[in-house]
Amino acid sequence: MGVKLLLEKAHVEGIRYYDVYRREGGYRSVEKALKQMSPEAIVEEVKKSGLRGRGGAGFPTGLKWSFIAKPEGVPRHLVCNADESEPGTFKDRYLMEFLPHLLIEGLIVSSFALGSNATYIYIRGEYAWIPDILEQAIEEAKANGWLGKNILGTGFDCEIYVQRGAGAYICGEETALIESLEGKRGNPRIKPPFPAIEGLWRRPTVVNNVETLAAVVPIINLGGEEYAKIGVGKSTGTKLISACGNINKPGVYEIDMTISVEEFIYSDEYCGGIPNGKRLKACIPGGSSVPILPANLLLKTAKGETRYMNYESLADGGFASGSMMGSGGFIVLDEDQCIVKNTYTLARFYRHESCGQCSPCREGTGWMEKLLKKIDSGKGTSADIDLLWDIQRKIEGNTICPLGDAAAWPVAAAIRHFRDEFEWHVSNPQLCLTQNYGLAHYADPIHVPAV
Amino acid sequence: MVQFNEKQMAEFHRLVNRYPADKQKSALLPVLHLAQDSFGGWLSTETMDYVASLLKIEPIEVYEVATFYTMYNLKPVGKYMFEVCQTGPCMVRGCDDIIEYIGEKLGIKPGETTSDGMFTLKVVECLGACGYAPMMQLGKHFKEHLTKEKVDAIIAECRAQAAANN
Ligand SMILES: Cc1cc2nc3c(=O)[nH]c(=O)nc-3n(C[C@H](O)[C@H](O)[C@H](O)COP(=O)(O)O)c2cc1C
Ligand code: SF4
Ligand code: FES
Repeated sequence: MGVKLLLEKAHVEGIRYYDVYRREGGYRSVEKALKQMSPEAIVEEVKKSGLRGRGGAGFPTGLKWSFIAKPEGVPRHLVCNADESEPGTFKDRYLMEFLPHLLIEGLIVSSFALGSNATYIYIRGEYAWIPDILEQAIEEAKANGWLGKNILGTGFDCEIYVQRGAGAYICGEETALIESLEGKRGNPRIKPPFPAIEGLWRRPTVVNNVETLAAVVPIINLGGEEYAKIGVGKSTGTKLISACGNINKPGVYEIDMTISVEEFIYSDEYCGGIPNGKRLKACIPGGSSVPILPANLLLKTAKGETRYMNYESLADGGFASGSMMGSGGFIVLDEDQCIVKNTYTLARFYRHESCGQCSPCREGTGWMEKLLKKIDSGKGTSADIDLLWDIQRKIEGNTICPLGDAAAWPVAAAIRHFRDEFEWHVSNPQLCLTQNYGLAHYADPIHVPAV
Repeated sequence: MVQFNEKQMAEFHRLVNRYPADKQKSALLPVLHLAQDSFGGWLSTETMDYVASLLKIEPIEVYEVATFYTMYNLKPVGKYMFEVCQTGPCMVRGCDDIIEYIGEKLGIKPGETTSDGMFTLKVVECLGACGYAPMMQLGKHFKEHLTKEKVDAIIAECRAQAAANN
């Protein structure tokens, strides 16, 4: 069993409620932070912990916090990003549903560190039952003196509000989220200015992911240095992975970033292997926007070394032969899955979610969807595959926000690693409607253990 | 004429009070959810104009938002809306069969509503339940690990509930 810092208590009966949560040691970090530490000292501790943003980009959290501007007389805000809409990702939902007080606790400490007296949780609208859970936890925390005015007699005031979105993946992008929180369409802003200087209502704002803010609790309890000892290299602490697709045990797992990808997929403690004795074909290890990897490159790097479930190892080889940790949305595909069809559904997703502000993204995502649909339905040509490659290259790096890249990468990686499956569709227009290309030569069977 | 009742008005004030005094436009998304729930499950122009007047903003500011977000219905929908996810991870776990089955069972295609106004079938993109696929959203809740039997039971349950409410 690996170290558990976030989900350790997830199965304690009644942990969703204050009394049980407190009895199990909850809110200690608030006592410690507010009574014994200065806001600056908390930021230092988070820096020492090496914590990297768990929302997808992996930016060091302490460093991000140190950028917040502190102009005289201007309120600052912390915003918790609970928009969670990246296909494959459902870990924040798990935290909020089962451990709402852990998030609230993390939010109080983080609000104190950043000087936010009004903190907002922006949650995707479809998670419609979760705001009630969070609001109940907030009420309980307030009734017990952890929120509201003059918390623990320290003079620090803090309120936490929950705001529902209304169905838009783009509102997970931090500046689109801020626009949405202001009651507008979710159109990302051009940066700079960054939110740390001008964010919500043009006030200095920090936006962090749910899991990032929950991780502040063990960091304060253990101390940044102890936290940093867990994991490996720049992948410190633990990470939540939401695993889905063709595995025996889909679900949310906490890992300490020292286990191998192979262990994660095949061990009974985690995914429990592939159902029905099927073989592994491919995997999208960090949410739908990160590059897909064929089985051989997933379990071993291009250098032939074991690949591990951490930021550096998953990225080893760059986009040529590696991928990314991303949001931790781990999508497994078995030998019966069609890469073209899978890529098509993702392209359709990004076309649907493009906010439409920049032409390369608005038009490009539509073209990619159409071409993939065409190839998937046996009507594509070789030239379409080249065109697809061309379009994704022209989107990447040419847009206001990273959604354009997020839409381009899955298409690029699918063609890069599975080009012959695309070609096979083109040269077998009838057969591809009733049969799958299968495992073909992508996965190296020697490295793929039998179940 | 659309108008919030006393209870809805109290909720409206609770929502607006979360924001600084001059930033009440920030309450627009939650207030539109409230309006949609209060006035028949969709947003008519009249409803949107009413929301604009309450928040003291221009109607266009409300239309802009209402047309951007997928959860706001700009047309009447069935009493029960089945929103089935069709993105990659759900596709891998067989959502296409479920969508087809619901369609056959209700005699409608995605995007349509049954003639008795009872059910709407909609296909949607990832709802954050990929590990519990295939799945759909029904009102405030998710129905997960769908099978044909489960779909039958859900439809029967909706019919029974509607009959009991009449
Ligand atoms: C299109 C797009 C969607 C995003 N969706 C999310 C999301 O759902 N949740 C999230 O925490 N971050 C999301 N992000 C990343 C945020 O912009 C931001 O980097 C993050 O919330 C920062 O928090 P962190 O540093 O704690 O990870 C998204 C980014 C992009 C470009
Ligand atoms: S890249 Fe796409 S989603 Fe991002 S701002 Fe441009 S059009 Fe909108
Ligand atoms: S892909 Fe269907 S819920 Fe995520």
